[in-house]
Amino acid sequence: MKSDTFWRHATLWPALVLFALLTILPLLKLLALSFHDVEWVNREAVWEWVGLANYARLPQDNLLRAGALNTLIFAVVAVALQMLIGFILALLTTRVVRGRVFYRTVFILPILVPGIIIGAIWKLMYSYDFGVLNSLLLWLGLAPQDWLGDPDLALLSVIIVDVWHWTPFCFLLLLAGLESLPDDIFEAAKIDGATRWQQLRHITLPLMLPTIAVTFVFRMILAFKVFDEIYLLTGGGPGTSTEVISFTIYRRFFTEDQTGYGAAMSIAVIAVIAAGIIAATRATAGKGAKA
Amino acid sequence: MTHAADTQAPLAASRRRFSLSEGQVSVIRHLVLMSFALVVLFPFFWIVSAAFKTQIDLLMGHILFEPNLDGFINVIFDKTSDFLRNFGNSMVIGAVSTFLVLVIATLAAFSLYRLQWPGWVLHSLLGWSVIFHMVPPITLAGAWYSMFRSVGLDNTYSGIILAHTTLHLPMALWMMGVFVRDVPKELVEAAQIDGAKVPRILWHVVLPIVRPGLAATGILTFIFSWNEFPVVLVLSQRQTATVPLGIGKYAQENTIAFTEMAAASTLSILPAFLLLLFAQRFIVRGLTSGAVK
Repeated sequence: MKSDTFWRHATLWPALVLFALLTILPLLKLLALSFHDVEWVNREAVWEWVGLANYARLPQDNLLRAGALNTLIFAVVAVALQMLIGFILALLTTRVVRGRVFYRTVFILPILVPGIIIGAIWKLMYSYDFGVLNSLLLWLGLAPQDWLGDPDLALLSVIIVDVWHWTPFCFLLLLAGLESLPDDIFEAAKIDGATRWQQLRHITLPLMLPTIAVTFVFRMILAFKVFDEIYLLTGGGPGTSTEVISFTIYRRFFTEDQTGYGAAMSIAVIAVIAAGIIAATRATAGKGAKA
Repeated sequence: MTHAADTQAPLAASRRRFSLSEGQVSVIRHLVLMSFALVVLFPFFWIVSAAFKTQIDLLMGHILFEPNLDGFINVIFDKTSDFLRNFGNSMVIGAVSTFLVLVIATLAAFSLYRLQWPGWVLHSLLGWSVIFHMVPPITLAGAWYSMFRSVGLDNTYSGIILAHTTLHLPMALWMMGVFVRDVPKELVEAAQIDGAKVPRILWHVVLPIVRPGLAATGILTFIFSWNEFPVVLVLSQRQTATVPLGIGKYAQENTIAFTEMAAASTLSILPAFLLLLFAQRFIVRGLTSGAVK
């Protein structure tokens, strides 16, 4: 099939060209920028070589430190809560047959809505003066809270939004996993007199491990990229209490126009993520080969 | 809710003690699911009701109110409102980038899985798209901005469409990969032996089989493009601004027009909501094949 060589290339090249022009080239551009200081003189960019100076600044950047720490707290706490609540609800509601389409519609809805609108909705609900959460607190006879303005509370408020946003989807994935487990193992365990806790601990959890891992990884990736909701809810504040890594890059690169330094920060984040992925793939490669 | 067993055990125990029937257990399950569904839906009810309130009703926290369309009217018809333009921009950018993503991803998936590329090509392309997909888009947005500026593509539909196409290509590539692998190799080989060229094979053999996959991938790509925020924030100005940018603007004004913000949010949810109602099976299939695998 000699003539097919042409088509073999023609079908793959559009994707290759797009990736080359819009991912590889920008990456090289960022790399070049990261060794320079860029000044704007008469709408012309003037690059000044600064070597590794931009990278040397990274560890001393308090905003970056706050951003990295908050991103980590945000991702770990939010994803852990989503998985836990989702898993419990999935355990409680397996084998519900009626109303499946309705429930599935409801639980998919939040992830199809723009993040920025999730932020808008919750910003209104969190409002100190008229938000529904404070109305509820007042009705219960409790003091209203400044959900987004209180530095001690803001990160938690943002996490609550994310838990609301993503728990339904975790629930759906975990439920699908639970329902695909073979019934006969549980029948056998029951006959052997295993308690419900023993069944959960020794059968359900081990069998569910792949589903749990997939859901976890999927959510962690998105949690590390969080930007939209926080942009609208708090803009990273008050102070640095909800500063996340995407925000720090945005601020340094665009708001403050520190192009070279922002590029160095981007490169560092990309390098950390790439290293993480490669390490994770290496670690699971052995298992994958066996399976 | 700290331990799965704590919530399960009492249920099991009570079932033994009072010997709940299957019917009663099912009622409890529905109660749990119903409460969960209410928690998920409540913010949507609240924002829709806020959109129909006057600013005073909203600020006073009135639960009962006379529905009022001012918020919607201001958002749609007011001369200072960009909402309709944003809506149109989102439609154009979403539709064109989805079309490009589908064409490029389907061709590439077919090429990779059915046209005998060496393993390293497959693995390095997929590996790179995984890395690119996991990196926060904001990291590359700056480079895109300055590249587009130097070729005159900043603040143009073409620039944003290119960026969105690239952004959603990895996901589409995996999803279409899953669907293309449903095309039997023998079928492709038989067609090749009969002398059919690749375009004919794509059109007559592959396309009919992957059509549901195209629908699933297309719907999700469109929704993700519609929702995308950080990249348009960097790349577009007023003329090319999309819906999320418009909503973001409301929140940044000194005196926030709450009812308009609520009305605009309500309208912006509609496309995803309608797709979810009328094309749910495609969305579910897309989410289970692409997002997860």
